[in-house]
Amino acid sequence: MHFKYLTPNTIPQAMALLARHKTRATVMAGGTDLVVKMRSRAIDPAYVVDLSNIPGLDFIDFNPRDGLNIGALASIRALETSTLVGKQYPVLQSAAHQLASPAIRNMATLGGNLCNASPSADMAPGLIALAAKARIAGPEGETFMPLEEFFSGPGKTALKAGQVLVGIQVPASQASMQAVYLKHARSSIELAVVGVAAGVILDSDGRSCKDVRIVLGAVAPTPMRARKAEAALLGKKLDDKAIVEAAEIAAGEARPISDVRASADYRTEMVRVFTGRALRVAAGIAS
Amino acid sequence: MKQRVTLNINGTEEEVYAEPWWSLAQVLREEFGLGGTKIACNTGDCGACTVLLDGKAVRSCLILAVKAQGRKVVTIEGLRGKDGGLHPLQQAFMEHFAVQCGYCTPGMILTAKSLLDENPAPTEEEVREGMSGNLCRCTGYAKIVEAVMAASARMRGEHR
Repeated sequence: MHFKYLTPNTIPQAMALLARHKTRATVMAGGTDLVVKMRSRAIDPAYVVDLSNIPGLDFIDFNPRDGLNIGALASIRALETSTLVGKQYPVLQSAAHQLASPAIRNMATLGGNLCNASPSADMAPGLIALAAKARIAGPEGETFMPLEEFFSGPGKTALKAGQVLVGIQVPASQASMQAVYLKHARSSIELAVVGVAAGVILDSDGRSCKDVRIVLGAVAPTPMRARKAEAALLGKKLDDKAIVEAAEIAAGEARPISDVRASADYRTEMVRVFTGRALRVAAGIAS
Repeated sequence: MKQRVTLNINGTEEEVYAEPWWSLAQVLREEFGLGGTKIACNTGDCGACTVLLDGKAVRSCLILAVKAQGRKVVTIEGLRGKDGGLHPLQQAFMEHFAVQCGYCTPGMILTAKSLLDENPAPTEEEVREGMSGNLCRCTGYAKIVEAVMAASARMRGEHR
């Protein structure tokens, strides 16, 4: 590690630094992923741009028009302990609770977890299930991007030079979604072997599936939606038979690798198991 | 180039010149001689380097010293009971034999401090959950949980 440490006080200052130093600069928030990556020389930036001196990025706010707004610097611990999040979007509280250890959650931020762009990032599947949008500041102003399009590969995001992720927005309409995130790992401190988020909105009949999202973590270069499995459930009665079929389809959609944590075959099988479990919980038919 | 960092360590305003890539753990140990903060895995997994930053348990191996600018750090050396003697957690760790080799102990105690500050009356399950990020290679977990539960009871008694 050998870098210049820069602490901009405003978003425009941060954007200017990132635009000037481009790929030689990396953004720091809590630093819990970044310091590990730098120490192991996985990355070796010349400039570290720490956003933590910028006011107004550490907040959690809900209003019925925009839904849930979370600042990029909100800590994972804040998400875990927010009564607001717990009440309106419990899947996010649960995902935060499953991320690493309490002491890591005190430092780690939502923006950092997403920008680190690990395929196993614990916050990504639940947020994508909730149709969250990334709020991005850039030289051309603020833009929104569906979070599912934000990841472009392991450690890579769609952010261009000079752009900064400033927050996440979850539409108010998704508050009616029953969503769950299940993490399959040896313990929460471990990275997910497989992570599955399932979100369901039932029709007024209380049985058929009006909207559904199935999002898989750690089984592709980025968090991914199992769109064929979703399509198989849409408009159908959400019973055990339909869920078993959808879980099978989701397993076929996953593109896992073999690594130190699990083989590709095992991951595929676990996608089937955990997609089934997640859907049953979301549909309220868990045994 | 070294940067000037001012921070409050165990109640005293301090100043140090640190390279930007030096960790807080490294600076506490090597610049301030506070060897109670241990460095073991240096990847944030084990919890041996846990200190309190503005009152909350954090991994000092993952925090750049420059990032701690202006903040309050408490290490195991700064932990005191109300009478200036041992803190009830330190006392309970001794009484319940919750120390074997001792390497994880400072991190365990400071994690427990952060936990009890947030939740003064945890269940045993909550203690296990709250301490889950701290590893004891001697596997003395049962005694550690006992000690935290005992300290929690004692601390609540003091407040009465």
